[in-house]
Amino acid sequence: MRTVITVLFKEILDNIRDRRTLVSALLLGPAFGPILFAFVINLSIEQSMSNVEKTLDVPVLGAEHAPNLVRYLESRNMNVTEAPASRAEVLDAVKLGTHDVVVIIPEIFGERLGDGVPARIEVVSDQANTTADREARRVRGALYGYNQQLAAIRLSARGVNPLVLRPLNIDDVDVSTPSGRSGILLGMMSYFFIFAMLMGGMYLAIDTTAGERERGSLEPLLALPVTRDKLMLGKITATSVFMALSLALSLVSFFVAIRFMPLQQLGMTPNFGPDVLVFAFLLLAPFILLGASIMTLVASFTKSYKEAQTWLSVVLLAPTLPILVVSLLTLRPRLEFMFIPSLSQHLLLVDMVKNEPLDPLHVGISVTSTLIIGGLLTWLCARLYRREGLLG
Amino acid sequence: MIHVDNIHKSFGDVRAVRGVSFEAPDGKITGLLGPNGAGKSTTLRVLYTVLKPDEGKASIDGQDVVEQSLEARRRTGALPHGAGLYPHLTARENIAYYATLCGLPRDTVDEKVDSIIDLLEIREFADRRTKGFSQGQRTKVALARSLVHDPQNVILDEPSNGLDVMATRSLRDLILKLKDAGRCVLFSSHVMQEVAALCDDIVIIAAGQVAIDDSADGIRERTGCDDLEDAFVEAIRMVEPE
Repeated sequence: MRTVITVLFKEILDNIRDRRTLVSALLLGPAFGPILFAFVINLSIEQSMSNVEKTLDVPVLGAEHAPNLVRYLESRNMNVTEAPASRAEVLDAVKLGTHDVVVIIPEIFGERLGDGVPARIEVVSDQANTTADREARRVRGALYGYNQQLAAIRLSARGVNPLVLRPLNIDDVDVSTPSGRSGILLGMMSYFFIFAMLMGGMYLAIDTTAGERERGSLEPLLALPVTRDKLMLGKITATSVFMALSLALSLVSFFVAIRFMPLQQLGMTPNFGPDVLVFAFLLLAPFILLGASIMTLVASFTKSYKEAQTWLSVVLLAPTLPILVVSLLTLRPRLEFMFIPSLSQHLLLVDMVKNEPLDPLHVGISVTSTLIIGGLLTWLCARLYRREGLLG
Repeated sequence: MIHVDNIHKSFGDVRAVRGVSFEAPDGKITGLLGPNGAGKSTTLRVLYTVLKPDEGKASIDGQDVVEQSLEARRRTGALPHGAGLYPHLTARENIAYYATLCGLPRDTVDEKVDSIIDLLEIREFADRRTKGFSQGQRTKVALARSLVHDPQNVILDEPSNGLDVMATRSLRDLILKLKDAGRCVLFSSHVMQEVAALCDDIVIIAAGQVAIDDSADGIRERTGCDDLEDAFVEAIRMVEPE
C-alpha cells in the first residue's frame, strides 16, 4: 500500500509541475465544453430569433402594382424596400448575394386579379443558402396567407362559406417540456464531460508509461525491490486523480456557464442544480477507472511519447461512437444499453437533465458494468507490466 | 556476492548471451569488459532482474534472480545504461522517491538522502530540478538514488559513458569507497584502461560468451601480451563466433 501511495504522490507532484499536463487537465478540458456549448447555444438563439421577431427587409420589384399586398406584407412584420430596376438585375443581385430574397410583381398583376384568374408572383431566392431559404420561406408563407385571404373574400362575395376550402385543420401539438427540449441540446454535454475527463488523465497515462520508458527512468524503477503490479496501480491511481479533478472542474465550470446562457429564450430549463452536479459526478466517476486503465494500456504498447499521443487521441474519440449511433437512431434508453460504458452515462445524464426519473436498476447496471470493465482493464495493465517486452 | 551460472538469453533470432558464467565476490571490484554488442548489458539486466534468462541461473547473495527476484533486488543497487531522472523533480526528490520505494522507514528517509548527497558530493545542485543537468550531474544523481538503500551489491552498466575527466575520477573514487566498505561491485565498460585501473577481476565477454576471467596480470600472462589492449583483442579472438 505504501508503494502505491508513494508512486501516486510522486506522479501527482511530477505532473503538477508539468505545465502541459496542467493546462490540458485543468484548463483545456474543463473550459472546452462550456465555451463550445455557449457558442452553439448563442448561435441557435440568434438564428431562431431572426425567424420570428426581427423585421425582414423584402425588396419588391413592382410594388406599385399591388399596394394592398404591400400593406399586407407590412402587417406581417416585413419592410418592403426598393428592389433592383429590372427582373434580370434582380436575378443577378440574388445570385451575387446582395439580396437574400426578392419579390417580383408583374405590371398585369392588378388586371389579372380583377379578372379572377391566377396572378403570377415571383419569389427569387438561392435555395442553397440556408439563411436565404429561411427568409424565402417566411415571404412565401406571408404570400400564401394573402392568397387565402383573397380566396375567402371571393367565396364570401359569391355566398359560399370560405370554410369549404378548409376540409382539414392541422394543429401541431408539441408535448416536449422545457426541460425535455434542453435534453436535445444538452445531450452533447455528456460527451464534453467524458472528453474533459480523458484529457485530464491523458498526459499522465503517457508520462507514466511511454514517457518513462523514453526518458530511461523505467528500467531503474523496475530494478527496485517493489512489485510491478504496485507500480502500475500507483500510476493508474495518479491518472485517475487527475481525471477526477478534471471532471469535477468541468462540471463546475458548466454549472457556472449555464447560468449565463439565455436558455429560457429557447424554451429550455435544464435541470442542472447543485444536487444534479453531485449526482452527475458520481454517475460519471466509474468511467474514470476505465478511462485511466484503457489509456495506460494503450500507452504501454507504444514505443514513444509521440506515438502514444497519436493513439490516445483515437481513444479520446472512442467514447463518442456509441453516443453518436444512439443519437442518430434516436433510440430510447434500454436496459441493455446500460452495459455499454460512455453510452450508459450519456443516457442517464440526459434523463437527469431532462428532469425525468432515473431507473435505479439502470444506474446500478451502469455503475457496476463500467467498474467491472475498468477493473479488468487495470488487471490487464498489471499483467502487461510483467512482460519484459515493456522495456522496448 | 553475485553468482552467474551458464546463462543464455536470446531476443528473437539474436542470441545475445550464450552461456556466461562468473562470480563477483564481496569486497572486490569486478569488471565486465567487451566490445559493443558483446552481451554485457543483457547479462547485467538479467542480474538486476528486468530480464529473465532463457537458461541457466544467477543469484545475488544466494537469492535467485528469477525465483526470489524481490529479495535479489533488495540486495542490489542498479544503474542501468543511460538511466533517466524525473526532470520535474529536484535531485533530492528523485533520490527520496527511490528511498521510499525501497521501503526505508519514513523518518529516516531525509537523513539517508542527506548522507548519500554528501557521499556523492552533489549538495551544490541537490535542490535544483534535474531538467538541464549535465551528463555528469545526472549520472551522480542516478547513482545516488540506486545506492540510497545501502545495497550490498552494486551493478553499474557503463557508468563512465559521457563523463568528463573530473566526473570519471570522482566516480572511480566512489567505486573504491564501495569496495573498501566490503561491497560487491560489478560494472561494465568497453574501455580497457578504465577496467584495468580499477578492477580486481576482469571478465572479458565477446559474442555472448566469456573469453577470459582473470586479474589484469593473469590476462597478460594467458594471452602472452604485455600491452592490455593487445591482450583484450587477443582474448576476444579466442571466442569462436556464432
